[in-house]
Amino acid sequence: MTVQQIIEKFNFSPLSLPCPEREVSGGYTGDLLSWVMGRASQDNAWITIMSNINIVAVASLSDVSVVILAEGVSADSGVLETAEQKGVNIVSSELPAFEIAVRIADSV
Amino acid sequence: MSEFLNFHFDVDGENFVSAGQASVQVKKNLRELGLPPEIIRQVSIAMYEGEINMVIHAGGGVADVNVYEDRIVIILADTGPGIKDIELAMTEGYSTATDNVRSLGFGAGMGLPNMKRYTDEMTIESEVGKGTTITMCVYLK
Repeated sequence: MTVQQIIEKFNFSPLSLPCPEREVSGGYTGDLLSWVMGRASQDNAWITIMSNINIVAVASLSDVSVVILAEGVSADSGVLETAEQKGVNIVSSELPAFEIAVRIADSV
Repeated sequence: MSEFLNFHFDVDGENFVSAGQASVQVKKNLRELGLPPEIIRQVSIAMYEGEINMVIHAGGGVADVNVYEDRIVIILADTGPGIKDIELAMTEGYSTATDNVRSLGFGAGMGLPNMKRYTDEMTIESEVGKGTTITMCVYLK
């Protein structure tokens, strides 16, 4: 399933979407950046409530296909501009991380 | 065999906004060289962890990435406080980061373990009060 399809299916809000056609192969949930770096796999959807600028570097380096900000968390415009430039997809959802993870798990 | 391609970066200390720039640039450079994605991921994650460590603990430093025919060598050098007990620092979950750093999502005590996890060789030379040099190697075959 692509990032675009997941956005449409679950009504996520796209905040930065430079690569909508990227495949989502699974997911990882976590807010500690080094844990994410160490454990998330390439093409995962990364579900987090962390929204500072460092998520862009972590998402880019660990090569996840999309960052899903849970619980209605948003990111400031500087973060989103950087994400656009670096080719990092970021979406937002009002759902808690657990609920998002369940939906992603059922879809991929 | 001694011929290699060098990428050199100055890592700005205490600047979390630009932290990771060198690693993201390395990722881009390695991609342009046509290296396998998994190798690029290993190198750039290991380097990012090292870069963040230099920002958190050492007030910055210098990073060199040398691409040889058969391996990539990453050398991270700082003149920070040094590591008192390297074995302890290598323990997953052990951290000396401040609450402020933790609130940004760092300081989970996974930096050095991740660097070891993602590289084939890693050596740490450190002297308290003088600084730390970490050398990591990722094989290309």
